[in-house]
Amino acid sequence: MNPELINIFNSIVANATPLVIASIGETITERAGVVNLSLDGSLILSAMVGFVAAFVSGSAIIGIIAAMIVGGLIALIIAIGGIELRQDQVAIGFVLTLLTADLATFLGQNYTRIPGPQILRSPIPILADIPVAGPIFFNQTALVYLSYALIFGLWYWLFRTRPGLALRAIGERPETAFARGANVNRLRYLYTIIGGALVGLAGAAYSLSVKPGWATPPSMAGDGWIALAIVIFGGWHPFRVVLGAYLFAGLRALSTAIQRTPEIEISVVLLNGIPWVLMIITLLLVSSGAIERLLTVLPRPLQKWTRNFLRSDPPAALGTRFKQK
Amino acid sequence: MRTRSMVFGLTILPILASLLITAVLIMLVGADPRAVFEKVWEGAFRDLRSFSQVINFWIPLTLVSMGLIVTFTAGLWNIGVEGQMGMGAVFATWGALTLQLPPLILIPVEILLAMLGGGLWAALVGILKTRLKVHEIFGGVALNALANIASIYLISGPWQPAEGGSVRATPPFPADALLPPMSPDFGVSLLALVIVGVVIVSVIVALRGTRWGLQLKATGKNARSALLLGVPTGRSAMSAFIVCGMVAGIAGGYRVLFTYGSLRPLVSGGIGFLGLLVVLLVSIRALWVPLVTFIFAAILGGSTRLKVALQLDASLAGVLQGFLVLAVLFSNGLRERWRETNPAHLSETDIKTPESLKADR
Repeated sequence: MNPELINIFNSIVANATPLVIASIGETITERAGVVNLSLDGSLILSAMVGFVAAFVSGSAIIGIIAAMIVGGLIALIIAIGGIELRQDQVAIGFVLTLLTADLATFLGQNYTRIPGPQILRSPIPILADIPVAGPIFFNQTALVYLSYALIFGLWYWLFRTRPGLALRAIGERPETAFARGANVNRLRYLYTIIGGALVGLAGAAYSLSVKPGWATPPSMAGDGWIALAIVIFGGWHPFRVVLGAYLFAGLRALSTAIQRTPEIEISVVLLNGIPWVLMIITLLLVSSGAIERLLTVLPRPLQKWTRNFLRSDPPAALGTRFKQK
Repeated sequence: MRTRSMVFGLTILPILASLLITAVLIMLVGADPRAVFEKVWEGAFRDLRSFSQVINFWIPLTLVSMGLIVTFTAGLWNIGVEGQMGMGAVFATWGALTLQLPPLILIPVEILLAMLGGGLWAALVGILKTRLKVHEIFGGVALNALANIASIYLISGPWQPAEGGSVRATPPFPADALLPPMSPDFGVSLLALVIVGVVIVSVIVALRGTRWGLQLKATGKNARSALLLGVPTGRSAMSAFIVCGMVAGIAGGYRVLFTYGSLRPLVSGGIGFLGLLVVLLVSIRALWVPLVTFIFAAILGGSTRLKVALQLDASLAGVLQGFLVLAVLFSNGLRERWRETNPAHLSETDIKTPESLKADR
């Protein structure tokens, strides 16, 4: 394969990684029945804190930990407001979206546009030598490898373990799960915070690797909304969510490539609109039932498997409150 | 007696808590909170000029907030309000830059164009929501970005100033295309104040005393039951979006026809999002809107000079406002829980967030 093409795919995987981590985090939260709408702001604030912590301490690891704590704390606020005080999760999430973005601008104002620590590539010895796939997937940073582990780890947890079954149950039928002995609200706290911490990790993946440093306006602004849409596109299934994130990063790379092609005369400004048009199109694909229609064309034995994979209903109890006695 | 002091406490507490948190954050970046609050106060109320700046934030903020009262009543999250302001500004700019009419006709035409732009952009969110089942939050976020991209494109392309490529602003509008200020000292548009008054009264009257308002409320409280009872919920939602969009369009038009006198990127300046915060803060009670928007406008206007005076970023205004709304939502939750455990104290003033505001995607 053409080495240039390999480079492009390598950078698509790298650029998709924050989106992958954030949407996996949100998938966990929403599977438990809680909406963390604050993603766009959470990513920005955790990116800023991650960068500043890494800059001050000189260690990227400390930056990552700080960013995860920030993401977890924001999620904790949503959990307290939404679960304990039974307020509207969307309202709290929206307020936090704006608040955290402003907080990042305010608290990070003395740390803009300065170089700081970065997470460097660390190729995995034997795997990186596999033709084509090796240099694309295994010549990356440790965060990218971690994202692979998260994808398969979440799939295994959700569909192959008992606690994973409980996680799905509290998002689908909290009453039934409660009757069977699950402590619904405590588990929702737990998964909301874990999901939020992963969103924080994604923030650090921006400021310490993909878009290193901190600047206002933040370079990752808008990606939180994209990640939320990817979770819907992905039907709350880890594999499809990841597919969505990679697809999205791929199309974004394509539009950058078009910008660099002198033969195609199109306004750079208008190309910036592509991600948003894509976001609406993907949501339309899910909501219009086009996927269901596609299923009927497939041979019968494949239908059941594909239907399970392409399931696009949200967790039935998503965003609702559960009164635990 | 205990109820009253409890309710009073839960009203004052969020204000104190958000001020305290903001003060701590100010100290965290090495500034003196007292100096900051003094500067903000001065920036808002020092003289007629700074006060007129506050009113110039109050006018568009009150307009969008009243529009959002309509969509929230119908149970809709019109996050797209920023883009609706932006499109209102774009349409008004087209009128101001191209139409050759006497001011007496031009200005009403510009305002109608602004309403058209905002209304169209809101109708898109509405179609996506009611016909194509795309949640209005996502439709709105995407259309916000697209409206901003459209205005940057127009500024850097078709409408760029003669002196060359700039993404900063269009050429200044001709004087006849601008709303006239009340006096040289008090730079506020009388016409805009009249429009704000008309919008406030009509929204309150329409929601309280008309069939349309009743249908919106029914849609917002429980869309499925409303539909079964014969309320055209799809049409209600659509009309709520369009009304809000038209009002937001006027707000955007005001920003270009008075505040700036030209079109620039991000012309809405976050005022649409701030309107959403206001309506959450007042729990969709329209009568409280003008007062709360005034406080928010004062914070906004007062903090514009923080950068020059104290080298602090003006985003501090958003931090304070954000914490305030968050604290109020939390104290609402505390109040509801407290009422539950003390059912004897249930009072009629208890207003809850409608069920429809729950996530329903």
